[in-house]
Amino acid sequence: MTSKQQSSPHQFPDGSDAFPHRHLLGIAGLQPWEILFLLQEAGQWVDLNRKSSKHASRLEGLTVINAFFENSTRTLLSFEIAGKRMGADVVNMHAAHSSVKKGETLIDTAVTLNAMRADAIVIRHASSGAVSLIADKVDCPVLNAGDGSHEHPTQALLDALTIQRRKGDISGLTVTICGDIMHSRVARSNIYCLTTLGARVRVCAPPALLPAALDQMNVETFTDFNAALDGTDVVMMLRLQNERMSGDFIPSPREYHHLYGLTRDRLALAGEDALVMHPGPMNRGVEISSDVADDADRSAITEQVEMGVAVRMACLDVLTRRSRKVEGWS
Amino acid sequence: MKKVFRSSKVLLPEQAEPQSTAIVTDGDRIVSVGEDQGPDTGEIVDFGDQILAPGIIDLAVFAIDKPAFHFGGITRAALMPDQSPVLDLPAMVKHSATEGKPDLWLHPIAAGTKSLEGKELAEIALMKEAGARAVATGRKWISDSGIMLKLLKYCASLDMPVIVHSEDQGLAGDAVATDGETATRLGLASAPASAEALSIARDIALLRECGARLHFRQVTTANGLELIRAAKKEGLPVTCGITPAHLFLSDIAVSDFRTFARLSPPLRAEEDRQACLEAVADGTIDVISSGHDPRGPEDKRLPFAESSPGMAGAETLLALSLSLVRDERISLNRLFELLSTNPGRILGVSAGSIAEGQDADFISVDVDAAWQVDNRKMAAAAGNTPFDKLPVQGRVRAMYKGGSAL
Repeated sequence: MTSKQQSSPHQFPDGSDAFPHRHLLGIAGLQPWEILFLLQEAGQWVDLNRKSSKHASRLEGLTVINAFFENSTRTLLSFEIAGKRMGADVVNMHAAHSSVKKGETLIDTAVTLNAMRADAIVIRHASSGAVSLIADKVDCPVLNAGDGSHEHPTQALLDALTIQRRKGDISGLTVTICGDIMHSRVARSNIYCLTTLGARVRVCAPPALLPAALDQMNVETFTDFNAALDGTDVVMMLRLQNERMSGDFIPSPREYHHLYGLTRDRLALAGEDALVMHPGPMNRGVEISSDVADDADRSAITEQVEMGVAVRMACLDVLTRRSRKVEGWS
Repeated sequence: MKKVFRSSKVLLPEQAEPQSTAIVTDGDRIVSVGEDQGPDTGEIVDFGDQILAPGIIDLAVFAIDKPAFHFGGITRAALMPDQSPVLDLPAMVKHSATEGKPDLWLHPIAAGTKSLEGKELAEIALMKEAGARAVATGRKWISDSGIMLKLLKYCASLDMPVIVHSEDQGLAGDAVATDGETATRLGLASAPASAEALSIARDIALLRECGARLHFRQVTTANGLELIRAAKKEGLPVTCGITPAHLFLSDIAVSDFRTFARLSPPLRAEEDRQACLEAVADGTIDVISSGHDPRGPEDKRLPFAESSPGMAGAETLLALSLSLVRDERISLNRLFELLSTNPGRILGVSAGSIAEGQDADFISVDVDAAWQVDNRKMAAAAGNTPFDKLPVQGRVRAMYKGGSAL
């Protein structure tokens, strides 16, 4: 990298230097210009996706395997659509129907997938670090579609793209992430992504759902949601898992809503045109009230879903450029 | 038959520096130590200026792994009850007590409760008769304080030391790491380091109710060590140990989800590691052990939280511990108190120091010999060492168990 490229993150190095990684396992460790490069690449696919004919042929003849070891509807669908719109042959593998249930180890499954000569593998797994374990054993690019409480990089990218399109430059914005930070891979990837791009990040959660040492990750920690909202430009709500709603983490959904639910009154504490986001699926009336979620002026929730397809198309394209021998990508 | 072993550097108890002297053995015992060997001596073995130290007594290990123990100069090892099946019956204790003989002596540690479940007392007296040298809670904590008190009282009456694992289960839960930046970044379930102090505090409080000898197998946090220090000052019969992992690695070692660094208790923050080094120097820590637990890929090549805790530590125990001497934290003599004398005393065996009446277990050590830890070339049953590729110094050159060369 030359110093010029580092001082101006909006200029991208040539060819594969713009994104020199073989896999996309997480946002941690990415340079700002690498993130911005992926976002810029995604832009063209947003336009394509809004046309009546949504087909590109860049990945024609390539096989993409979506290996989902944890249940997912939205992310799986998003990756499947992304792959198909790029012209790839997309195959979905659900853990529920696979030999994983028969006791096969993750490594053996990885070796099996590799032997089928996929050109990219998209993996979701319930255990932190599982995706990088598989990535070490396969020859093709691996995309992390969520591993345990660790990372969900494409979610952070689609969130960043959404913010960028609504608010312009992310640098200097104040973003408040509220919800189950402790167990959330979405929160971690967003913290890495937004702080790398120069945003001020606040996280807010009941104390039992805040992990340790967050102050060392360049974020401000709150347990008072009202205080966290003060002057914020973006409010990102996280889903509260059903199994954590009553008992040891929080007393009840209604008490959670009382303290941490994003209502219209509360939203008034944020910046005047603060953007409301949620990775879905929402618990209406728990972490977010319906009138806020459905307010088209303030809520970017459906736009996030739209950006998700574009971002995943861009990631599949960029990561397969080496194997497709795109010029400058060796 | 008598034999004479000489060296210009023999580590003798109560001596600050290695001494030039001779050791006379008869059969498997040391009959005298000193220049005056008396008449009628047999074979003479001269080690020149190589260090002659008591054989290492490893308190404790999780597997019987003779090649690794012999590489590491370990002549005796106390075997934790966390076996499959659990060492909770006299027959199983008896079987493992004879497993390594004659060149390696194993001292089985009896499970304090049936299946280590912390609910019903195991047959401790019968297991003692079968050869158990101590009682342990395994890699677990007995959460029921009532059971724990009964166990301590019972063991006191049988004069059996109790070896405990110190992690409050309510706090530790299913944690696989210590609370901190590394665990948070990796998204690993973690527990506060105070889980250790909490459990030590309870056990010390229970100890005041009865007279058992209590050994905390691994104390790894500043707060935990402070409690041990205070209990010793109070005169309570407590001892504690540690492994080289907690002395030389902090939780940063689990970055990149390195399962070889998944240990129980988990690696701690750097401040706690520094506190452990201090506690070795000031005498709070009594024992350094390997915690040897070789685990193959089926247990370790898994997502971090699904992998088994434990490390192969027997081969690196001596070399890593010697760096405490090189860093001038402790003397060489003090190191062998930690590796041999104190474990021998806790187990109540006549070994662990070079003195008249003790078993003739000793090793000659080349403290400067350099080598590199390499997980592909280990003598152990598996190479799961968190110290892979680390250059170290110190090799065992010769080993005598009961007066016979191995």
